[in-house]
Amino acid sequence: MPSRVRRSRLPGFGLSLGITILWLSLIVLIPISSVFVKSVSQGWGAFWAAAGSPRALAAYRLSFGAAAIAAAVNCVFGLLVAWVLVRYRFAGRRLLGALIDLPLALPTAVAGIALTAIYADTGPLGRLLEPLGLPIAYRPAGVVVALTFIGLPFVVRTVEPVLAEVSSEMEEAALTLGATRLQTFSKVILPTIAPTLATGFALAFARGAGEYGSVIFIAGNMPFKSEIAPLLIITQLEEYNYAGAAAIACVMLVISFAVLLLLNLLQHWQARRHG
Amino acid sequence: MAPAGLRERPFVKALLIAGAVGYVGLLLLLPLGAVLTEALKKGLDVWLAAISTPDARASIKLTLIVSAISVVLNTIFGIAAAWAIAKFDFPGKAPLIALIELPFSVSPVVSGLVFVLIFGAQGWLGPWLEAHDIHIIFALPGLVLATLFVTFPFVARQLIPLMTSQGRTDEEAALTLGASGWQTFWHVTLPNIRFALLYGVLLCNARAMGEFGAVSVVSGHIRGETNTMPLQVEALYNDYDFVAAFAVASLLTLLALVTLGLKTAIEWRHRDQLAAQH
Repeated sequence: MPSRVRRSRLPGFGLSLGITILWLSLIVLIPISSVFVKSVSQGWGAFWAAAGSPRALAAYRLSFGAAAIAAAVNCVFGLLVAWVLVRYRFAGRRLLGALIDLPLALPTAVAGIALTAIYADTGPLGRLLEPLGLPIAYRPAGVVVALTFIGLPFVVRTVEPVLAEVSSEMEEAALTLGATRLQTFSKVILPTIAPTLATGFALAFARGAGEYGSVIFIAGNMPFKSEIAPLLIITQLEEYNYAGAAAIACVMLVISFAVLLLLNLLQHWQARRHG
Repeated sequence: MAPAGLRERPFVKALLIAGAVGYVGLLLLLPLGAVLTEALKKGLDVWLAAISTPDARASIKLTLIVSAISVVLNTIFGIAAAWAIAKFDFPGKAPLIALIELPFSVSPVVSGLVFVLIFGAQGWLGPWLEAHDIHIIFALPGLVLATLFVTFPFVARQLIPLMTSQGRTDEEAALTLGASGWQTFWHVTLPNIRFALLYGVLLCNARAMGEFGAVSVVSGHIRGETNTMPLQVEALYNDYDFVAAFAVASLLTLLALVTLGLKTAIEWRHRDQLAAQH
């Protein structure tokens, strides 16, 4: 452990902190603040007219709603994948583990056209689902599929390390007390990892709500129906309505920051629970 | 080995593994296969022709230029930020780290929008830039700025926890032995963090080359000029030239697979030098 009382004698503090703050301000902070300034540049009335228009509300509902559904699906299956990766040894385990990060490495536009090729009515899955009355592509269901693809690594990577640390003593105690394996899972393991699962949900949700590239090819992009909020921002920009685009971006930023804040509180709570 | 009651029955275990493999196969592996089969649908010759058109070549070149600039600048920043945060004590570290990670929670489209609001024709600096004939939006500088924004946290976030856990005793020893600050950095700090740095650069580069939403806003979509590879994929796709779109996409997929392979190799061999030690 480094000594906390002794002051650092290393050189370069001023230079490195200076670069950090300058670069952070130029690339991130000043640009982000431009959204807030621009969004109210034509008064609050104009802000609400743009940010709260029926078309914008429909777009938020789709972006955040689909992100929530996709994150929930990934909480179930991501937990299953994490469980299998942590607890079992089987052929292909390492390959499975490496594959989980594919959505982070694969460019979103590539994911978008690939998912569309699969779920369109001529694709290998679309062809099977369409006759069952379950069309996916070019409607909100397609948005959910794309966001499920994007969100999986966030849940798996968050849950994995905590699942590995669930103490076997607790599980043994439950066993000794006569609990079945399923009871042990639902009454001992699940409550222990619940905050972690919530963190994974929030990360996948935040990423999904702002997602653009993987969604636009499969979504259909019909205003009021299958138009996501980031696409509406681009539409506003193309109409040279900068203030309107900024107002919608502002709403999305505020919601993302709220999720981020919640996430930090959650992690703080987790750290305290684990002592 | 855990007692029998702590393990699932064999058929339950097999069922769970099958479920996990099935889910990942359906959700992740299938799209991967779709890109490669669609790209090679009409044979290797058509694939080769599609990736060697002038527009495709221009997009590859542009992607390489944009990502090279962004990765170098954000690596320098990441090292500086990690040095300041990990090796010194000052108030406000936690908020500073949160601000560095901020771009991760911003929509890619908003990440591009912010630069249009500043440098665009109707942005703050728009009129001044136009008067001086400086092109940022719909040109290379805009693409670089948007890419810098989205890849901002990658290197810093990999280095900060590792360097914090390593402390500063090694560096202090080197200084005591008479090394200069730069010598200490090159010969002591850098070898200690080299795999984490490589890891961060790898992920930063993958995101920089594959970024779509942010560059889409600032690019202007001029073929052969401001279309990066992901934007070229979109342009070809919207032309219904699917084979060509998937051909360019297959190159990006190859990049993703190489990134994943290298990343996994570093994780297997150097896990101990990657993350903070407990």
